[in-house]
This record gives sequence, C-alpha cells and structure tokens, in this order.
Amino acid sequence: MARTAEPLLRVEQLETQFFTRAGVARAVDGVSFEVARGEVLGLVGESGSGKSVTGFSILGLVDPPGRIVGGRVLLEGENLVDAGERRLRALRGNRIAMIFQDPMMTLNPVLRIDTQMIEAVRAHHGVDRAEARRRARDALGRVGIPAPEERLSAYPHQFSGGMRQRVAIAIALLNEPAVIIADEPTTALDVTIQAQILYEMQKLCGESGTALVWITHDLAVVSGLADRVCVMYAGRIVESGPVDAVLDRPRHPYTAGLIGSVPSRNRRGVPLAQIPGMTPSLLALPGGCAFRTRCPNAEADCAAEPPAERRPEAGRTLRCHHPVGEAVS
Amino acid sequence: MSAPQPLLGLEGVSKRFVRRLDLAERIAARLGARLRDQVVHAVEEVDLAVAEGEVVGLVGESGCGKSTLGRVVAGILPASEGRLTYRGKDITKAAGAEAKKAALKIQMIFQDPFASLNPRLKVAEIVGEAPLVHGLVGRAELADYVDEVLTSVGLDPSYRRRYPHQFSGGQRQRVGIARALAVRPEFLVCDESVAALDVSIQAQVLNLFMELRERFDLTYLFISHDLGVVEHLSDRVVIMYLGRVVEIAPTEQLFAGANHPYARALLAEVLRIDSRHRIFKPVEGEIPSPLDPPPGCAFHPRCPHAIGRCRVERPLLKQIAPGRYSACHLNDQS
Ligand SMILES: Nc1ncnc2c1ncn2[C@@H]1O[C@H](COP(=O)(O)OP(=O)(O)OP(=O)(O)O)[C@@H](O)[C@H]1O
Ligand SMILES: Nc1ncnc2c1ncn2[C@@H]1O[C@H](COP(=O)(O)OP(=O)(O)OP(=O)(O)O)[C@@H](O)[C@H]1O
Ligand code: SF4
Ligand code: SF4
Ligand SMILES: [Mg+2]
Ligand SMILES: [Mg+2]
Repeated sequence: MARTAEPLLRVEQLETQFFTRAGVARAVDGVSFEVARGEVLGLVGESGSGKSVTGFSILGLVDPPGRIVGGRVLLEGENLVDAGERRLRALRGNRIAMIFQDPMMTLNPVLRIDTQMIEAVRAHHGVDRAEARRRARDALGRVGIPAPEERLSAYPHQFSGGMRQRVAIAIALLNEPAVIIADEPTTALDVTIQAQILYEMQKLCGESGTALVWITHDLAVVSGLADRVCVMYAGRIVESGPVDAVLDRPRHPYTAGLIGSVPSRNRRGVPLAQIPGMTPSLLALPGGCAFRTRCPNAEADCAAEPPAERRPEAGRTLRCHHPVGEAVS
Repeated sequence: MSAPQPLLGLEGVSKRFVRRLDLAERIAARLGARLRDQVVHAVEEVDLAVAEGEVVGLVGESGCGKSTLGRVVAGILPASEGRLTYRGKDITKAAGAEAKKAALKIQMIFQDPFASLNPRLKVAEIVGEAPLVHGLVGRAELADYVDEVLTSVGLDPSYRRRYPHQFSGGQRQRVGIARALAVRPEFLVCDESVAALDVSIQAQVLNLFMELRERFDLTYLFISHDLGVVEHLSDRVVIMYLGRVVEIAPTEQLFAGANHPYARALLAEVLRIDSRHRIFKPVEGEIPSPLDPPPGCAFHPRCPHAIGRCRVERPLLKQIAPGRYSACHLNDQS
C-alpha cells in the first residue's frame, strides 16, 4: 500500500482520565498510533480497556468528569487537543467523523431522517437543498437501505435497530471525511448486512483514501478488514503491528490468549483455551503489569515494574517483559 | 420412522403477535385512515425433534424468530398454534402439576446477565428460591444445596451473600446459569447466553456449558448469531429465515456445504480469524418485514437462484438426505 509521508491521523501519548469520587480512572494511558491515507487500523481489546474513550478523545467529545490530561491528536498536521470547540465543530462530520456504538448518539429522535441528513451536508458545504437531499439518498443506498427515497421521510423509531445503525453510518459517510472512527458499528448486525457495510467501508478507503479506525472486539472482523491492529488492555496499547504478523505470531500473552479462545481456532467439542480471571477495575489495577494476575508468563519482575513499550521488530510495538515465543534467558 | 422418541417435539408450532393500534392511530382509523392491527408472524409452522443429550444450535438473522421459538419451548410464551411434546407427553396445554413439572425440566438462560437477575436479592436467594418453592430441597438443606450449585458453575460459595452488581459480567452469567440449574433441569434453552460477555470471558462460559452437559446429561437448544460458537458446540444446526425453518443439518455437514441458498449466503459471510484482507461484496435485495412476508418462498427477493415458482409457491421443509432437511424448490428438480 502506498503510504504518504504524513499520516492523516497521528495520536501521540494521549492520556484521558476520569476524576470520580472513588478515584482517578486512567481510561487512556499514553496511547500512540497513526493511520495513513486509505489505511484501516483495527483497535481491539477487553471491554472497559478504553477503546471508546480513545475515539471520543480524538474528536474532543470527552465530558466531565473526564478530561484529556496529556498528549496530542494530529489531524492532517493540526493538533485537535488545542483546537477550540468552534474549530472542532467545523471539522467533525466533515474532515473527521465518528460512528458510535449506539446509533441514537448520532440520530435525533424527533427529526425526520432527511432533515438530519440535509443539515449534516449543508453545515459544511454550500450546496442547495436539492443537492444535499440527493447526497443523502445516495448515502442511504450505499449502506443497503432499500427504497432510500421513501425512507428519507421516516423518523428514526420507524427503523429496526440494525437499520438505525446503517443510517448513522450513512451520515458519517455523507461528507467523505478524511478520517472515520467506527466504534463497533456492526456488532448488532447480521453477517450478511455486516458484509454490505464492510464492502462500503473498503470502497471508501480504496477510492477516497479515507483513513479508518475500526474499534471492535471481534478479531475475525479485524482479520478481514484491517491492515494493522492495536490491542488495548487497561488503557494501554500492549501490542501493535501488521494484522498478519500480530494474528499469526502474537507476542503479548493477552493477544495470544484472545486468539487462542476464538472457537474456530479450537477443535470442535474440545474445551476452548481460556484466559483465566476477569477484567480488573481501572481503580484497582495490580501494580506493575496490569495483566499479570491473569498472565501465564508472569514472573517477579512483572509485579515490580510496568513493561515499557519497545519495538521487537520493524512495524511492531510490544509492552511485555516475557513475550510469547521468546527464549527464556 | 424408527428413531427413538425425542425428548422434545414440536409439530407445526406457530407464534403470532398482534400489535394493536394505539389511541392516536385508533382515532385516525375512525377518521378514515387505513390503519389496522398488525400481526407479526414471528414463528411459523415449525417442526423439530430434539433427542436426549443433543445440542441443537439455532441461527438466523436478527428478527427471524429465534428468541420467540426459544421462549415457546421454555413455556414462557404459549404457542398460537401447533403441539409441543416432552418425553412423548403433550405439554402444549398442560395445566396444574403436569405443567409445573415440564416447566421446571426446561429452563431458559438469557442474553443479558444484568437484566435477568433481581438486583435486590442476594445470590443465595436468587439460586435458592425456586428449588425451595417447588419443594426440591427442604429449608434445612437449602444452604448446602446452594453452595453445591454455586460450586458446580465455578463460583466460590463464599459469594452467596453478594448482590448481582458485585459481580463481573462472566460471574453474573454464571449466577444466571446456577439459578437455572438449581431446579435440576434436563433441557436448557440458551438465548445468546455469551453475546454480552467479553471475548476472554466467553470461552470460560462456553466451556462451563460443555462441562455441565457431561455432568448432568443436559440437552441444549443453543441460540446464537455467532456461527463460530454454534459450530463449536452443536451436534445439529437449525437455520431460520423469517419465522420458518429453512434448513436442518448435522453441524459438520452444514459447514462442509449448506443446501439452502440462504444458509449458503450466511455461511459465505462468516468471518474467520484466518481469512485476511477480504474483498467484501454487497448484498442483493433486502430482509423483508415479518409484518408483510413475501409470498411464495420468503427468501425469493434476495435469492440468486429464484425461479418463477418461488414467487408463488412456498417450499416445504423436506428430507434431502438422512438427517438433512431443506426448504427449497431447487431440490425438486434434480
Ligand atoms: N463517564 C465516566 N466516568 C468514569 N469512568 C468512565 C466514564 N466513561 C468511561 N469510563 C471508564 O473508562 C474506561 C474505558 O471505557 P471505554 O468505554 O472506553 O471502554 P471500551 O474499551 O470501549 O469497552 P467496551 O468494549 O465495553 O465498549 C472504563 O473502565 C470505564 O469505566
Ligand atoms: N412481544 C412481542 N410483541 C410483538 N412483536 C414481537 C414480540 N416479540 C417479538 N416480536 C417480533 O417477532 C419477530 C421475531 O422476534 P425475535 O425476538 O424472536 O427475533 P430473534 O430471531 O430472536 O432476533 P434477534 O437475533 O435480534 O434477537 C420480530 O419481528 C419481533 O419484532
Ligand atoms: S509483562 Fe509479565 S505479566 Fe505482563 S504480560 Fe508480560 S509476562 Fe505477562
Ligand atoms: S425456493 Fe426458490 S427462492 Fe427460495 S431459496 Fe429455493 S431457489 Fe431460492
Ligand atoms: Mg466501547
Ligand atoms: Mg433474540
């Protein structure tokens, strides 16, 4: 894939914390990654590991008691962490868009779909209503909504859950943004409809060069769609790299555990490989490496010191003292 | 047929829901608007036999009637039509003690471990209530019995005084499983029972289901939209489309090659961790509404093989090989 020198989106040492009565939750704890033109980055991880908050932080959508406390978000070279709300509003839905886990975060329940979509186009482009409506209809067609012309005059409650999600996706596609952050957008959809959405996403990245961050807990979707993958655990990226390398030769014990527990990786009827224990609360993380209470490779040094990020090979990052597939020294 | 008597039998089971007009719509209808009560055909004429000890997977698109069928089997919803048998006995219209017995033997485990547990009850009460009420254990032995059930699902008995909110998702799902097991069921209906769980926790709960199957000779109807999970657990798979069963096949045979065009479309789109960098294809047609199912074969607006007959005549579910059934006209023209 042709890479331009400057990535469309570069996230550097991003830190977002929630200041709750029970303590400070470091939901995003020094996250860095970049996405190039036309590239798809998969962001996977345990529930509560900070995937959605990373997405919200990039678009400047973190509400109190949460706050970005450090790092930079560079969209086409411009630091969004410093940008004011006015500037962010001009960029959101235009140069950068987010598809939320819950489509009702995008849709207004009391407005007709066409009103909402025409608004979304005209807020950023000086086109007339007829042209905006035409773009809206095309976008609905692209996400597989049948009879888009008639559907335009419906209200959100007249759609099934899956169709609402597709409308939210259509709105994100409207202005062909440079970067799309998609937060588990197909989890509730059937595999046949999911394939339709993934087809449109692939086309968008291939034809308009959109950079896509795809948040999911489904490794199979990452495998089919993404070029590179970042694996999160407890607010940190513990491993990243090209999809083939990470899925074929995982180095972090958490990544290896996740891949091992996928049913199709196991013989039928034989017990699945499983990661023991449960996801720790961010307010009560074990000292040292946050994964150590569930890790088969853990040793004394894992409790003493959190592993720093290193580059075990070109294009890959890793945070682990005793990675999978490394000779014991 | 000389097959042994199935544990559970369904014959022509249908379930319809009527969506009545609300007040505004009723007034509009009086003033001449063309509005009528709407009937949802959630489940239509399902025939199915489940053998003792079998795990049957139930898959299909969202809204095709999987949960409704599961609820009818578990006795939570009455069937609108058709007959259900359990060990040969008609339980469709069973009443009194007979109905109670059947209801205890078939238990349902729901998708959402948060919503299905009463937040005000301690775990000991959640698990112990039904066996006490139904006289399966006396008050004196109850505490020991609850501990035993909790242990069997991998929960430490010291958790018995905790409330549901004090557990993780996977633990809460175990509490739900313990509650179902406490009445010593023979048949579990699992409705998306691992869908809400983290990937790392899913495997723990799936393993538990398999272990319990061995230990207590359980039979399962396992509803899931995750075909990977269904493939791993099930002996046989039932595929539904718009309220009807379109294919039934032993798991290995189905995944080696489905017969029904919808089943084939479904399997073709299953993503696997080993299928890298796929080129995705758009879907033809659209899922029709259960309020207004298409005539003939309900799949015809999306089917690449549809012929004239498909638009007018509904295909029946027919045996196409021993143990394999499919509802498609193409099987008649060999
Ligand atoms: N408003 C808030 N107040 C306090 N903590 C919060 C708030 N919002 C999020 N968090 C915490 O931030 C952490 C990251 O949450 P996030 O929603 O990003 O997880 P996620 O990786 O998207 O999980 P999932 O896969 O379940 O969607 C969680 O531990 C969560 O409890
Ligand atoms: N109580 C009800 N009243 C009216 N309609 C209902 C009711 N319960 C279900 N339905 C309708 O019946 C159809 C089948 O629903 P069901 O919940 O069984 O689908 P499902 O296959 O379980 O879907 P999912 O995969 O989304 O859970 C749907 O069209 C649904 O809207
Ligand atoms: S640093 Fe230690 S505990 Fe953490 S993942 Fe690596 S081996 Fe396991
Ligand atoms: S009956 Fe006709 S429309 Fe239906 S699945 Fe078979 S070929 Fe397709
Ligand atoms: Mg999330
Ligand atoms: Mg359901």
